[in-house]
Amino acid sequence: MLADWLAFPVLGGLLMIQTAIISRLTLLNGSGDLILLALVAWALHERVRSALVWVLVGGLLVGWISGVPLLVPIIGYGLAVALARIIRRQVWQIPLLAMLFVTFWGTLMYHALTIVTLQFSGTPLSWENALTHVTLPSLVLNVVLAFPVYALLNDLANWLYPEVVVKNA
Amino acid sequence: MKTLVSRFWQTALVLIIASGLILLALSGYLQPLLHGVMSPLVGIQQWVSSRYIAAYQFLTAPRDMATLQQRNFELERQVAELQAQVIELQQQLREAQVIYALLDFARAHPQNQYVAANVIGRDPSPFLHYVIIDRGSDDGIRHGMPVVTNQGLVGRVDAVTAGAARVQLITDASAIVNVRLQNSKVEGQTHGSITGEISLEMIPQDTVIQLGDLVLTSGLGGTYPPDILVGQVSDIRKQPNQLFQTAVVQPVVDFSTLQAVLVITNFRPIQLAPLIPTPIP
Repeated sequence: MLADWLAFPVLGGLLMIQTAIISRLTLLNGSGDLILLALVAWALHERVRSALVWVLVGGLLVGWISGVPLLVPIIGYGLAVALARIIRRQVWQIPLLAMLFVTFWGTLMYHALTIVTLQFSGTPLSWENALTHVTLPSLVLNVVLAFPVYALLNDLANWLYPEVVVKNA
Repeated sequence: MKTLVSRFWQTALVLIIASGLILLALSGYLQPLLHGVMSPLVGIQQWVSSRYIAAYQFLTAPRDMATLQQRNFELERQVAELQAQVIELQQQLREAQVIYALLDFARAHPQNQYVAANVIGRDPSPFLHYVIIDRGSDDGIRHGMPVVTNQGLVGRVDAVTAGAARVQLITDASAIVNVRLQNSKVEGQTHGSITGEISLEMIPQDTVIQLGDLVLTSGLGGTYPPDILVGQVSDIRKQPNQLFQTAVVQPVVDFSTLQAVLVITNFRPIQLAPLIPTPIP
């Protein structure tokens, strides 16, 4: 329950950093996505039971601030988190590798969904321009940002869900 | 009596010898002798003096060192405080320069009413070119109001909350601005893109466009007031098989360093949607 409530300050704080700083640090036209990375890192933690509330909070916050349709971040983040949960169930002994894997595919899925939605809403976007000027640079920035965000969220999850050690009598 | 005379002569002799020596010294005849005698004495004096000073410094140095260290620490702290003040004042100066420029612009265009706002963020999505400003409906900001700087057109208000608003920049891929070329008076449209490039479109092929031509808002469509500077033509793309020619417009506003903007609050965009015919089912 506490973990669900913590989604508001954590994701709200990250969104402030995102809009004030990260969105200004661009590579070509791409920028990192702290919310996506935070949700993926949260969902990949072995003791986190549910990431649904975090997805909804993150999606709603981004949908409220951003000009993209509200459902895009909710569905986009939901897809990335679903991928993270599937990956977590597999035998991934190196969580950081899983983080990078999900960051890569999660960014691609989220951007593809955004491009399709914007095209449907009448915004003239070409796939070539979107991929070369936005998605690929964003991918690079997300992979770079994945390490600190993973460390931060991993510590938070460890604090919220401490490891229970069972001692045999 | 004899002893008394002898003493007198002894005294006189001493005085005569002393006077002679003084006269010889004053006349410079004893200089080599004095030099030979004084040099070792001066050397000895110097040695004694230097040893004394060394001993004095040895005894007093620790106290002075502590004082100096404390003084140095205080000065370093003062320097750090002053550096922080300098940075803060430089920041305030930059903000003041931006505000003065906006104020000059507002005074030069008294027909409009403005609300100044700070840019506090950018859209999280890299596909969209929107900024977030710190003024909202409580300050009289409404949807569709044009946003400018002292340099030129920035965009229009896209969404409003009580204390903040989202502004769609003219570089956004879905932003269209009706414009005219200042020299040829020909009207066209600018379109943004996801790369931030602005293209000038719908210009007839027979129109002569020149590099550096100024692009101003035309006021058509009622979305923006007329005669606001948008940018300059920086490249012309003319193909004979196309109906219209296009050009690249270099915006006058530097959107990457946008800090403060002015919202024109007495301009209400005209809603053309009711006038557009809809197909009858």
